[in-house]
Amino acid sequence: MDQWPGLLLAPLSYPFMVRGLLAAAMVGIVCAVSGTYVVLRGMAFLGDAVAHAILPGVAVGYLLSGGERGAIFWWALGTAVLTALGIGVVSQRARVREDTAIGIIFAGMFALGIALISTVRSYAVDLAHFLFGNVLGISERDLWLTGVLGGVVLVTSLGLYKEFLIISFDPILAVTLRLPSGLLYYLLLVLIALTTVVALQAVGVALMVAMLVTPAATAYLLSKRLPTMMALAALIGASSGVTGLYLSYYINIASGAAIVLVCTALFLLALLFSPRRGLLWAWVSRTPGERSLRNRA
Amino acid sequence: MTPVITLGSRHVHHQAEAPILEVAGVTVAYNGHLALEDVTFSLSAGEHLAVVGPNGAGKSTLFKVIAGVLRPAQGEVRIAGHHAGGHICVAYVPQGNQVDWTFPVTVADVVMMGRAGKIGLLRYPGRYDREQVYRCLETVGLVELANRQIEELSGGERQRMFIARALAQEAELMLMDEPLTGLDVSAQEELLRIIDELRRRRVTVMVATHDLNLAATRFDQVMLLNRRLIGMGRPAEVFTAPLLQEAYGGHLRMVQTEEGMLVLSDTCCAGCS
Repeated sequence: MDQWPGLLLAPLSYPFMVRGLLAAAMVGIVCAVSGTYVVLRGMAFLGDAVAHAILPGVAVGYLLSGGERGAIFWWALGTAVLTALGIGVVSQRARVREDTAIGIIFAGMFALGIALISTVRSYAVDLAHFLFGNVLGISERDLWLTGVLGGVVLVTSLGLYKEFLIISFDPILAVTLRLPSGLLYYLLLVLIALTTVVALQAVGVALMVAMLVTPAATAYLLSKRLPTMMALAALIGASSGVTGLYLSYYINIASGAAIVLVCTALFLLALLFSPRRGLLWAWVSRTPGERSLRNRA
Repeated sequence: MTPVITLGSRHVHHQAEAPILEVAGVTVAYNGHLALEDVTFSLSAGEHLAVVGPNGAGKSTLFKVIAGVLRPAQGEVRIAGHHAGGHICVAYVPQGNQVDWTFPVTVADVVMMGRAGKIGLLRYPGRYDREQVYRCLETVGLVELANRQIEELSGGERQRMFIARALAQEAELMLMDEPLTGLDVSAQEELLRIIDELRRRRVTVMVATHDLNLAATRFDQVMLLNRRLIGMGRPAEVFTAPLLQEAYGGHLRMVQTEEGMLVLSDTCCAGCS
């Protein structure tokens, strides 16, 4: 048990740990792929809002089914899709500013969810599961659902790759090419909604936005093309999931938090050392004259 | 400003004898004030038109209505004899400041976007599309830069990239919003040379510009616009003292000299420093 293969293999003797690792890897990949669009379109706030706003749906499912996980999953899915579409409508034709509107809906829904869950006696424990995830408590059936839903997100993103690219990079081109821009926009929102449900059990609603945004942002710093960015984001997401879970096993910290912390550490490394957009490189490649100019400005 | 949502992307067939573009009585309103008022004109295939007017004259608005991004409150835009909705042969070349240059795409990726309409939903580009992209890059002289991230391009190269994308789209009408603004003289010349090449291919071009001199010397047709269409025709017919005065009001000084009329404009263009 002292050597590193032993350290890596030991947790695998627990079936819950194997399921957890598989789930964390899948969540990492799916979040990273939809997260790529979230980052490029500047929709991080929207992703966070969808994640938080599914809490009342989860709570209702929880209260009605007495904690049966299958039921909670479908309630979460329904609420996520409805919220995403609702936010889409608000942001396209709102009378208030978009971020204000989203803020109102998101906090209101979140409060409703907490209020509903607080009617139960075991409130603190249950709420913690929803807020921070419980990837080690995942069942085989959950794992299948995660896989299928994640598969839907991946296949759709690959199939509509060039259309999603165009509506994100140049909406006017989308119009002149007569692409169904509105439909594609709502579809993208639904994909983000599905992603939040996939990630619910791994990292919970509170940390979801980190899974959506951080691996994609890290990959953004390291790549100059979208396919590279997506593949790299998926790799970073999956390995953060797996590494985070091992960390949580050995140093006994909450699994969701461990996963997110690994993502954040990787982002900071990329921010410093990225060859194209890194801070260190930008500083080194500047001439001393430019440096002093920049400092004065 | 309602975004137009369209379903399906079948390309409507052209009527051979109809003008490529007909704008009839187009009026556009933004929050109660009129951006364009009753604008009517038409262009035949292969014509090149410079659209000139002061800031806020509605040049961009006019282009966006023709591209189908904005819906006019009144009036109609017809492309090759048909309602504009079904056409994918109109290309809009954006102003540099409307684009996120840090987006992770290369020059070839951007030009390939133009092929999306021909490729169709759910399908991937094939060998023919990649060849087309290469040819379009060749036309604008950007083959060497094909794999650069777009942030690395100069202003003139950025404009040429979007023209290549419009060519890849197989556009027959190109709308260029201030393509010459902020470019140095040699980059302007290069761009004008490419625009002349488009004339040879019978591509109809509309260019919005602040530069009266360029409009007068490099275009066979000019339009003076200030919310309403003030004049359109050959530069000598349109750039006359009364019409220029009407379009620019107090922002333009005209001096009669021995060689002809000298026009001094004090409207600074957006983007010039």
